[in-house]
Amino acid sequence: MFKLKCDDFLIYDEATGTYSMSAEQRVRDETERNRWKSTGFTFLKDWRLYLMLVPMILVYLLWKYLPMTELLAAFRYGDFQEVSDRPWVGFNNFKEIFVGAYSSDFWMAFRNTFVIAFYGLLFGFPLPIILALFFNEVRSNIARSILQVCVYLPKFISTVIVTSLALALFANQSESTSQGILAKLLEKISSSSHMKAALDGSVSSGVVYTLEYFRSIYIITDIWEHAGYDSIVFFAAVIAVSPTSYEAAQIDGAGKMAQMRYVVIPSILSTVVIMLIMKIGGLLSVGYEKLYLFCPDAALGNYQVAEVVSTWSNRIGDAYTTRAFGIAGEMTNNLIGMILVIGSNTIAKKASDVSLY
Amino acid sequence: MKRKIEASELIFKIIAYVLLIIFAIMCVYPLLYALGSTFSAWDSVKNGKVILWPDGFQIESFKLVFMDNRFWVNYSNTLFVTFVGTIWCLVYSILGAYALSKKRLMGRHGFNFFLVFTMWFGAGVVPQYLNYQQTGQIFASIVGGSSMYDIDLKWLIVLAMGMNATNIILLRNSFEGVPSEIEEAARIDGATELQVLTKVYIPMSKATIATVALFFGISRWNGYFWAYKVLGAEQQYSWPVQVYMRDFIEKNTGLAGSLGDDRDIPDVGQATSMVYAMVVLAMVPILVIYPFIQKYFAKGVNMGGVKE
Repeated sequence: MFKLKCDDFLIYDEATGTYSMSAEQRVRDETERNRWKSTGFTFLKDWRLYLMLVPMILVYLLWKYLPMTELLAAFRYGDFQEVSDRPWVGFNNFKEIFVGAYSSDFWMAFRNTFVIAFYGLLFGFPLPIILALFFNEVRSNIARSILQVCVYLPKFISTVIVTSLALALFANQSESTSQGILAKLLEKISSSSHMKAALDGSVSSGVVYTLEYFRSIYIITDIWEHAGYDSIVFFAAVIAVSPTSYEAAQIDGAGKMAQMRYVVIPSILSTVVIMLIMKIGGLLSVGYEKLYLFCPDAALGNYQVAEVVSTWSNRIGDAYTTRAFGIAGEMTNNLIGMILVIGSNTIAKKASDVSLY
Repeated sequence: MKRKIEASELIFKIIAYVLLIIFAIMCVYPLLYALGSTFSAWDSVKNGKVILWPDGFQIESFKLVFMDNRFWVNYSNTLFVTFVGTIWCLVYSILGAYALSKKRLMGRHGFNFFLVFTMWFGAGVVPQYLNYQQTGQIFASIVGGSSMYDIDLKWLIVLAMGMNATNIILLRNSFEGVPSEIEEAARIDGATELQVLTKVYIPMSKATIATVALFFGISRWNGYFWAYKVLGAEQQYSWPVQVYMRDFIEKNTGLAGSLGDDRDIPDVGQATSMVYAMVVLAMVPILVIYPFIQKYFAKGVNMGGVKE
């Protein structure tokens, strides 16, 4: 006759041939049954910890998650004042912005979002790395501190001031604007007819409000604001390179360029790659505040290149009749942005163990 | 033995110095130019004669801004929002980050995701605006008003804006780095949860807290868009100074694209000079705090490359 091998939780009674539960198993069952009690007890014991979470959760629920419920408006017909009057229309609003009446505006805004972000990355990404390499050359601590104080400063200047300064410095002389120093400089050095037309005082719009030059000016102000500050991360990576590596390279007869090529660049490469991946992840979250300040009106000359999805959504979202399209458009933009962020984060995690979240 | 400096090294060093100095000058020049234009004669400003040093000294535009009552009302609003708002953000961020840093917190991953998700996906400008309107309405009805403009919307700005999940995660990581032995020692001495936080964790994460406070404060001081959207023209007494400056530019100069019809200041040079004076005055608090806090934020940024 076969005998079950289960001594740890059952006891075989030879006399009757039956199995009964072991004492240990009974205790184990009892603990299992009372687990919720101990869980509840630790929960109660740590109630202060949960209480500490409450304000944060409340703030995030009210002002980050509650707005997401408004996204439902993207699936409703928008042309009624009262929300309850609006029938559900599924993806009709999305169809309208992708291929329908609003498609040209939406795709223009979407293209601009992408183009501005791409140029920002192309020109804005290498500069902090170069700055960090240069800072590494400055051996005097005082000189370096002074230079760093200067280049970090623009990061702390408000968007309104940055845009006002850009507008004022690039302003041409007209009946309502004074000539800015940069406009004067451009007038002196530029010979292109486009630039001459843009600087013509009778048109009274200035270089910032032109199709040709707006993107450059935007990127320049962006670099002015962020390049110095962004160099901090790279600088930390550069100074982390061990001095012995330099010495070894020097003994092997490496000149400055060879040291850069074979010592510094490989050492900071992982930081560079991670930062690049992260920047690509944030590609579609272009700062709408600055673009709104540079192009507050659709009638301005730079509208065709300065309108991004957020500002477009804001513009048409003011009237409730077109609001649904704005919400749908920005939702699309943000969903694609989310995929980019998560994707880039996953890649960064795979590439190294550094992850922003 | 002193190593011979190679030619390539020397050349690179010179290039580095020259370019860095040029870039540093470019970074501060616009601000110095603004300062110079504030004190330049209005005609010189108008004709773009100012280069750095005031051209034909006057102090009138500075005085006009200085005597402008509304400018200072709005300035004090910004100070209020920055001060109270930063404290509020710090309080809930530190409390939340402390709880999240504890391994024994149940549903820790869920709470983390709750926070991090807001970094990935935002509702967007229009839903956020509708939400501010509704919550403002609710706050107003609590105190017995009928429209959101019946209450001082500064408080809505203080409570509802300036959220930043990255800062909370910075704080959380810093708290996780505090050795648990110190906490245990404090607990054996009979410290309560709140005492552990205030007596152990906060003093040991001072650098991070200073950095995070700086980030919160800067974003409060610089905030424009949402304050402008929420307050609009209805509640000008609560405007932050950034909104006032932009409004001044739109009304009195052609810099914002189109010239407003209600120009108070007919002289273009004067208006521009006054804009520069406001720019200078609005930067003063940041320039005052900046040298003291500068050493912290380099540390803070490098903590940004974080691991989980």
